[in-house]
Amino acid sequence: MLIRDIIATAMILVGCFFFLTSVIGLLRFPDMFTRMHATGKCDTLAVLMIMAGLIVHHGINLDSFKILLILVFIYIANPTATHVLARAAFRLGVQPWTKDKK
Amino acid sequence: MKSFFLAVDIFLCLMVFLCLYRVVFGPTLGDRIVATGAIGTKTLTILVIIGFLYGRVEMFLDISLAYALLNFVGTLAAARYFEAKREF
Repeated sequence: MLIRDIIATAMILVGCFFFLTSVIGLLRFPDMFTRMHATGKCDTLAVLMIMAGLIVHHGINLDSFKILLILVFIYIANPTATHVLARAAFRLGVQPWTKDKK
Repeated sequence: MKSFFLAVDIFLCLMVFLCLYRVVFGPTLGDRIVATGAIGTKTLTILVIIGFLYGRVEMFLDISLAYALLNFVGTLAAARYFEAKREF
């Protein structure tokens, strides 16, 4: 096994861990805003790690550049989508969850 | 390496099914939109890894890029639409 493959495997496994974290957050958190908090950040980082691992596995060529394009796009677009959703919910008066209100 | 990619793909499919729970049973509309976006992100990753599995990376990368754009625009459109309709 090449040293490159070992690095790629490690990065992809870290990405899978963050996907697992985001799904647990999405299922277990009590409120829409907190669920958004879990998915918005963990998904972005997970995609980033998996794509970076695939780039390391594939080497430098045109396909790697396309993967880099997807990575950068997700890095910009995913937080933007989360922000727009949170702003829409907040403007419409969705009350955030607090501990004493239940 | 191929069996590792296959294992990652199966794991991600499992994650998609877990997200589907929130889409079906989500109490509010916002939960459903958030879960749909998360499913879209996972699908994108699954598509790229499928490209590596089949050995045709260039084709699946284009599909994945288009899927990323559609996912982003879809979430944005849903948010703006329900904000204008004043129901969430």
